[in-house]
Amino acid sequence: MSRWTRVRRWLGRNALRIYGVIAFAYIFTPIAYIAVYSFNSGGKDNLTWRGFTTANWTNPCGAPDVCNALGNSLKIGIMATVVATILGTMIAFALARHRFRGRTPTNLLIFLPMATPEVVLAASLLTLFLNLGVNLGFVTIIIAHVMFCISFVVVAVKARVASLDPRLEQAAMDLYADEVETFRRVTLPLVAPGIAGAALLAFSLSFDDYIITNFTSGAVNTFPKFVYTSAQRGIPAQAYVIGTFMFLLAFVIVVGTELARSRRARLRT
Amino acid sequence: MAIASVARTEVSGDPAAAPDRPRRGRRATPYLLLLPGMAWLAIFFAVPIVTLFGTSLQTPAPSGEIGAFEQTFRFANYADAIQEYSTQLVRSFVYAGIATVLCLLIGYPLAYMIAFKAGRWRNLLLVLVVAPFFCSFILRTLAWRQILGEEGFIVRTLKELHVIPAGMALTASTTAVIAGLTYNFLPFMTLPLYASIERLDPRLLEAGADLYGNPLTVLRKVTLPLTMPGIVAGTLLTFIPAAGDYVNAALLGGIGNRMIGNVVESRFFQVVDYPTAATLSFVLMAAILVLVFLYIRRAGTEELV
Amino acid sequence: MTTGTTTDAVARATRADGGEDLRLVRVTKRFGTFTAVDDVTLTIPQGSFFALLGPSGCGKTTTLRMVAGLEEPSDGTIHLGEADITTARPFRRPVNTVFQNYALFPHLDVFENVAFGLRRRGAKDVRREVEQALELVELPHLARRKPAQLSGGQQQRIALARAVVNRPKVLLLDEPLGALDLKLRRQMQIELKRIQTEVGITFVHVTHDQEEAMTMADTVAVMNAGRIEQLGEPAALYERPSTTFVANFLGQSNLLGARLTGREGDRGIVDCGGQPLAVPSDRLPGLGGADLLVGVRPEKIQLRPADDEPIAGENRLTGGVVVDASFSGVSTQYLVRLPWGQEAVVFAQNLGLGERFPSGTPVVLAWDVGHTFALAGDPEAGTQAEDDVVGLRDRADSGAAPLGVVAR
Repeated sequence: MSRWTRVRRWLGRNALRIYGVIAFAYIFTPIAYIAVYSFNSGGKDNLTWRGFTTANWTNPCGAPDVCNALGNSLKIGIMATVVATILGTMIAFALARHRFRGRTPTNLLIFLPMATPEVVLAASLLTLFLNLGVNLGFVTIIIAHVMFCISFVVVAVKARVASLDPRLEQAAMDLYADEVETFRRVTLPLVAPGIAGAALLAFSLSFDDYIITNFTSGAVNTFPKFVYTSAQRGIPAQAYVIGTFMFLLAFVIVVGTELARSRRARLRT
Repeated sequence: MAIASVARTEVSGDPAAAPDRPRRGRRATPYLLLLPGMAWLAIFFAVPIVTLFGTSLQTPAPSGEIGAFEQTFRFANYADAIQEYSTQLVRSFVYAGIATVLCLLIGYPLAYMIAFKAGRWRNLLLVLVVAPFFCSFILRTLAWRQILGEEGFIVRTLKELHVIPAGMALTASTTAVIAGLTYNFLPFMTLPLYASIERLDPRLLEAGADLYGNPLTVLRKVTLPLTMPGIVAGTLLTFIPAAGDYVNAALLGGIGNRMIGNVVESRFFQVVDYPTAATLSFVLMAAILVLVFLYIRRAGTEELV
Repeated sequence: MTTGTTTDAVARATRADGGEDLRLVRVTKRFGTFTAVDDVTLTIPQGSFFALLGPSGCGKTTTLRMVAGLEEPSDGTIHLGEADITTARPFRRPVNTVFQNYALFPHLDVFENVAFGLRRRGAKDVRREVEQALELVELPHLARRKPAQLSGGQQQRIALARAVVNRPKVLLLDEPLGALDLKLRRQMQIELKRIQTEVGITFVHVTHDQEEAMTMADTVAVMNAGRIEQLGEPAALYERPSTTFVANFLGQSNLLGARLTGREGDRGIVDCGGQPLAVPSDRLPGLGGADLLVGVRPEKIQLRPADDEPIAGENRLTGGVVVDASFSGVSTQYLVRLPWGQEAVVFAQNLGLGERFPSGTPVVLAWDVGHTFALAGDPEAGTQAEDDVVGLRDRADSGAAPLGVVAR
């Protein structure tokens, strides 16, 4: 077989894999850029490379308002996640486990926010707040975030609850656990990973939200808002540091969980 | 034995004596579970949408005050808004449409690769597809602006190699906006595609080949039809938010690239014209729903979520 | 019994103080317009191994779930000894279930799974009880594994241990052997019987596999469409089925259309396709009309050459022609076409002597009068066509007689 044929064969078999590499390079280019430029030294803006420094990493709050915005985003994220996860989990259980009237309108009301463009959600909420004369701020942001996160939590948890074999709960009751005990000892531990995943999803949606936050935040600054408004003047390198850090943190958490799960799976004989 | 006596006292103790909770009480459970969450959605989603609709029918108050409007049920607002902003409306759908197609072209082979060629790395690769989300999307979009900007390494190299003409700017252009939309919504397309492709029984593909189909035929006649649910889901999940997006247009586009989202935003915050903003929002929603409905009718679908 | 062995201790602890029979009285379960269980009355004596046998959808699992408390009867009552447990919640009944798919808690290891019921009841000395139970099922070394790490057979035994460790008054088994392969199933059948005998708990075993029910149970109830067709010891059910369903569902039967023409002493005489047959009077159903079905099991029939002389005390059918002969080592299964077109199945044990009858041979069918039974009803009830696929596979797997043609 000629060398050319062999090369062609190899290409044919690995074409998809090569494509995958290219695609992932595309996906990660801006991330790499952000990571690299987080080490850029000097200046209020971060448009050109001036030199390598770790100063940004050691002093992440150096730029004005960066940490205030970050702090707000984290606080809002945590509160919105807690509320949305609780409300959404309750709905998910009702949908997956119980029979009740009005299932279709319920499903509709849950899925519509996911299908509505953010700009419309934002506009309608703003209109409501304006009409009620409510001050825009922390509270209105959280209200908005909880609203659009609930649907995602419901979908994520419902899938997990639905895949739970009801016979496990029946077995628990057969073994002398009443409803509360059954929920505590069997249902909850088995659904917990789904709830955790939903909470993580809700937090990411909240933390990274710009459009809805922009409409409902008034004077309160969040991290995405901060980055957007500094786009004109030049984004401080600290923002890049935070962006890179959040990415690494989330990445480590998710990959870590995956590895733990696959290690447990490998223990199966 | 100890355990036997425990059994006798605790369990075999007359069950009839311990009154059981009436089954009737359990019927209220689902409603109680649903109440808080659904109330939240009703108050902060349903009601505002209705309020928005009301606003869309208002007209400026005779007093001339900025931000003051009165309810006049003026349905003509809709005709006015569509006429005035038809360009942006059409542009939004065109941009979103192109971005969706690009996402499909990029995402399908990617999803296919992860499903069939990734072996035990498949979960990790899926995470990698979603990972960029963990870094603020505004940062990423701005990063693209800088990467594609005049001073950027890529552009300078391409210009030196004469791949692109010297005077051309990649940013503040339609290309950049569409590229941004494509990049940002790629995971929304890839994940549903993956879910659908992953369910393909590889033996069906083998059967196709066994029946004399070359790879392209197998793709056309077996793979694509069977993964249609994923394609439909991915397309909808990409198109709908893309049509309403304005961040990409604002950051990566110029004056001539404004999408309907930008108009709504400016109507709200710069020109205080709530009725028009509301009208445009509903027009956007309605147009999306119509397109989605037609698409589903043609493509057919089962479970979307 | 002397002290020492684990199973002795378990057995002693559990062995009965009588009067704990399980009684179902007119139990009915309706789902909307569909009646799954129809007016079922049963008494299951304490300490017995009881089988509920029937095809898919006959209501046996629903009945079991009502005893467990996982379903509530629409009508009727359930009693355990003196206590009425009809509406008691499952966690208040001294009844435990071994589920069809085992339902082991995936997030707990084997030890905690087995200990679950004990802990809920605040039992003392959980560790010893669990260890005893694991030794009973011969798997003490798996205590710290997770269910996902066990094979199907091991999971099944752990599920059993988890139930038995609670010393319930009644142990319910919902087709526990369905997912096991043939060899393992046979082994587990023997194991289950051994454990039941040693521990002395009442076992109620639901299955669609008639061989399984007959080998393991002291008493079998055959269920069909929500009703009990017949209840009794396996041998009695087999030799004297009281309905065509039971005749066809347990093993195979030849059911021949006939007409009662008279009586002679302690026998009735019927006309079957023009030939006279005798049926013991006590087997004749109390019918108004004279039309009935004469039944005889394939293994009771002997094939004789056409010119053979009749023997007293025998029923004979002449004019048959062998249509198919399948030699399977242990026996040969013959299909014989009778003069009026119906095909009869005959099993001839391979005794090494006697003739073999190849296809096309004219033969006579002969059997002892005492082996004849008579029934009224639908000759197709309970035949293969009605069974679910699983039932078919079970029969084929279990090496029972090949799927022959029954009555037509």
